Amino acid sequence: MAKTPIAFSLNGMERSMFVDPGQNLLDALRRGVGDLSPKYGCAQGTCGTCSVLVDGKLQLACITLAEAVAGSSVTTTAGLADGSELHPLQRSFMDNFAAQCGYCTPGMLMAAKALLDRNPSPQRQDVVEAISGNLCRCTGYEPIIDAILKAAAFMRTRGRP
Amino acid sequence: MIKVDTYRAVAEAEASMDGQSRYMGGGTLVMRDLNYGSYGFERLVRCTDPRLNSVRRDRGRIVIGAGLTMAECAENRDLAFLAAPAMGVGGPAVRNMATVGGNLFAPPPFGDFATAMLALDARVRTAGGEELGIEALLASRRTFRRIVTEIEFLPPPRGGFRFRKVSRVKPKGVSVLSICALLPQSGGRIRGARIAFNGMGATPLRATGSEAALEGRPLDRNGIAPALDAALQGLSPADDELATSWYRRTVAPVYLRRMLLERSHAY
Repeated sequence: MAKTPIAFSLNGMERSMFVDPGQNLLDALRRGVGDLSPKYGCAQGTCGTCSVLVDGKLQLACITLAEAVAGSSVTTTAGLADGSELHPLQRSFMDNFAAQCGYCTPGMLMAAKALLDRNPSPQRQDVVEAISGNLCRCTGYEPIIDAILKAAAFMRTRGRP
Repeated sequence: MIKVDTYRAVAEAEASMDGQSRYMGGGTLVMRDLNYGSYGFERLVRCTDPRLNSVRRDRGRIVIGAGLTMAECAENRDLAFLAAPAMGVGGPAVRNMATVGGNLFAPPPFGDFATAMLALDARVRTAGGEELGIEALLASRRTFRRIVTEIEFLPPPRGGFRFRKVSRVKPKGVSVLSICALLPQSGGRIRGARIAFNGMGATPLRATGSEAALEGRPLDRNGIAPALDAALQGLSPADDELATSWYRRTVAPVYLRRMLLERSHAY
């Protein structure tokens, strides 16, 4: 079956690639362009570890048809840091022990970024809701929620996007 | 290997559908089938027509495009009464993808939004111009191969629309069951109620026994008692990994009572 050519922006860089019919975005990112930051978890849209932003909206890469992002802007966890400077969310996750095994962390970070992009001053319940589609089997969620709230507070005072 | 065809106009997409084709809305269910190789079709049909995402009024009825996402629905002020069922679908990422039209075809434990459409007595339109009632669509959805483009319904009376999702995991979890009710009142008594359950059968189903028992009754503890006794008429919940049939039959009247009596569940 013929492959389909697509072009899209990945973390601010223009990318062109061929995708298989029915191929999901997660597979295209990991095997096609070598961005390993979104993780392969359930492949059914349940665990959230493959979460990415497509045109600023949180989506699950494992159940996104790769060719559907043609012309779109895709942001993954690999695009959060500014060079060697970690994004405040990443820094806050480290400082607040918000990762244990770390498998959920990329998805949690993207869900948190989607939240803070539209709501820079979230309440605790907003954070709980924002990460409600992301499973963590290590932390019990509390350190993650705290890390996101602290990152939000830091970003409000420092103005980092 | 699957073939994917994308159309700009929904009429072209509809014309291309055949027995081996599956239409993909938001893809949240179709893509998981593809990922697991458990699909019984050879061709995937997509459509990028922006009219599928519209919300409009037509002679007092609300008409929503089948491609409207749950997130878009939840944020739309004209659809505020649907915010609860829309927010009941998945987490934020799923709601950015899952569509109103797709939910009509989502088997349990999904399909909570379809339950709301059933309570609202919605009608659907296909790309070919066909119009049919929500119950007819739900009854035939396993073999339905046309493309639903619009769903229309009358807005509920203020305070007369309620939704409740029952799940074991908070804040997000799939439904053990969900209930939606349209409860028009006249002179403090129910007139023409529609109550729909999801998770109590293979598709969302009306609790016609409760509807009949509520007619002319006030919405208070004594008034709803006959409706609770009749809640399970015509419903046949299955055993599955979320709950047994016995559990669902036991708790359904309990949650129905809470929903009918608690004002916090009313829009």
